[in-house]
Amino acid sequence: MREITYANAIKEAMVQEMRSNEDVFILGEDIGVFGGAFGVTSGMLDEFGPERVRNTPISESAISGCAVGAAMMGMRPILELQFSDFVMIALDNIVNQAAKMRYMFGGKTHVPMVVRLPSGSGLGMAAQHSQSLEAWMAHVPGLIVIQPSTPYDAKGLMKTAINNDNPVIFYEHKGLYNSKSDVPEDEYDIPLGVADVKKEGEDLTVIATGIMVQRSLQAAEQLEKEGISIEVIDPRTLVPLDKETIIESVIKTNRALVVYEAVERSGYGAEIASLIGESEAFDFLDAPISRLGGIATPIPYNPSLEKAAVPQVEDIIEKVKSIVQK
Amino acid sequence: MVNNLEETIYSNQQMKKMLTDMMLIRSFEEAVEKLFQEGKIPGTMHLCIGQEATAVGACAALTDEDKITSTHRGHGHSIAKGAEIKPMMAELLGKATGYGKGKGGSMHIADLTIGNLGANGIVAAGLPIGTGAALASQMKKKGYVVLCFFGDGAANEGAFHEALNLASIWNLPVVFFCENNQYGMSGPVKEMVNIEHISDRAKSYGIPGFTINGNDVIEVAKATQEAVDRARSGEGPTLIEAETYRWRGHSRSDARKYRTREEEKDWRNTKDPISKFKERLIEESILTEKEFLEIQKTIDTEIHEAVSFAEESPEPSLDTLEVDIYV
Ligand SMILES: Cc1ncc(C[n+]2csc(CCOP(=O)(O)OP(=O)(O)O)c2C)c(N)n1
Ligand SMILES: [Mg+2]
Repeated sequence: MREITYANAIKEAMVQEMRSNEDVFILGEDIGVFGGAFGVTSGMLDEFGPERVRNTPISESAISGCAVGAAMMGMRPILELQFSDFVMIALDNIVNQAAKMRYMFGGKTHVPMVVRLPSGSGLGMAAQHSQSLEAWMAHVPGLIVIQPSTPYDAKGLMKTAINNDNPVIFYEHKGLYNSKSDVPEDEYDIPLGVADVKKEGEDLTVIATGIMVQRSLQAAEQLEKEGISIEVIDPRTLVPLDKETIIESVIKTNRALVVYEAVERSGYGAEIASLIGESEAFDFLDAPISRLGGIATPIPYNPSLEKAAVPQVEDIIEKVKSIVQK
Repeated sequence: MVNNLEETIYSNQQMKKMLTDMMLIRSFEEAVEKLFQEGKIPGTMHLCIGQEATAVGACAALTDEDKITSTHRGHGHSIAKGAEIKPMMAELLGKATGYGKGKGGSMHIADLTIGNLGANGIVAAGLPIGTGAALASQMKKKGYVVLCFFGDGAANEGAFHEALNLASIWNLPVVFFCENNQYGMSGPVKEMVNIEHISDRAKSYGIPGFTINGNDVIEVAKATQEAVDRARSGEGPTLIEAETYRWRGHSRSDARKYRTREEEKDWRNTKDPISKFKERLIEESILTEKEFLEIQKTIDTEIHEAVSFAEESPEPSLDTLEVDIYV
């Protein structure tokens, strides 16, 4: 199999869907000749032309609402926002419109659109270009929320997202765009609500999302050398969430740590932690369920401060040890 | 607009100051570009090289009490409004001595003591905020005027339209100053709007609108002065569109496939706001070549000192991570 980047895996899924389904198109700022702020759409204009790769004005409100209307009328738009932070300007269309339309209309419409959101910190882009607000989206009934951590998952989940009949929020991590892994050339989809056990282990279950999956795997390698074996689970889709895989794992390891980049307070990790606490896994716990998330601060510009604001590999190692060695 | 310097309202001293400020902005940004290439500046930066006349001309019409809101491409605005370049440079290097104590970086430089309400990472966010600052001026009878810088791309955000309308119906002392540098990140203004001039939009909101040569610092200063005078005398907002060109790419990596090298060359060679203005000042015996070189020398020293200051400044300590989140 060949290795491709996370960015190219996302592009490949979009391209394959656009080849097979005329209704799929993409719109966004600078996605044409520029190829998108992170190069994800590079080359797509050449293949599909400006009708289906629509370079828009800087108008997040208009383009998100436009995606909703087009989706209601049978198109399957993919909306690229340059940074997930700019979704604030599009939120009315996503939350007040797309998410509830079907429900309010008694099931008489559906809004099949994908909103692609490059998120996360680590690039020195400061407070308005580095946020991880996936919990906001997961809180809204009617939205599907996907957060892939590998090129393989990104490709399969993008295909699933495009073919899903609901509004789908697709979180991409800016720090993962250049990461590579084996990705089949053929089309494949990954179902929603199926977590992936990225590494098996015995002593503790780490449930990690986004870039924290990679950091947890690195932590696992080092912990292994010290005789601590952790299992790493990536839910891959936050809504719907694969509860069984998480619960079964915790029943096996008897310890749980949720690791996420977003501000720890009220983050999606809190949802996972309480899910475990309320499940049959509770009786098997040998230690309190723990969370490791970001400090409750806007993301600072200075690189050392920025690193300190979100969990790093060493923080995960330390946290795991503090739980296992208690 | 009058282009004959003899008919300007500016003294020789003021005009030399404008030239000096433009030169300082360019030298500052050339230094920033170099530091970025050396890996000393994290993240990204947006350079306004080629657009110096808009920042300097517009700010020349403002008093120290007047305010500005700025953009992601804000180094020029900041310097023209009177920022010190040492804490600016330090901020770009993420140092504790920077304007934002290393927490904001290039896109978030602000100095309220000199009326700079901040650069902004969100396109068009400065327009409603500037409108609000103008509302405070009106309500508290402060007399200051607010000038909102924004780009051609920003004029397609809802925030632009909503702010202009609000400022108009409340008759607020604000000047909306569009730097039309012909492109957003890549989107050409010709493809992104279906009207000849962004300033035509002023009509929809019942305010005056003008398109001016943004590479002529005197023309910019005079047009802005008229708008500022209107605002200060209670006649409400004005929309100014200043046509200019950014010489560099949008930010750190930009292959500039959306425009031609010929077009770039034309703007650089025939419309450089600095060399054009310098030539005029020399032609009219306001400046000598020798003086020009001396100014550049002083600026070079100043920049050198700012870079050393920034490089020698300490990193913010980790205990500051959670400082300044709340009052
Ligand atoms: C709300 C929002 N949308 C998109 C962006 C990404 N972005 C940053 S600068 C820019 C182009 C802005 O163009 P313009 O207003 O003309 O200013 P210029 O860069 O030309 O100075 C874009 C799209 C952003 N920062 N904020
Ligand atoms: Mg522009």
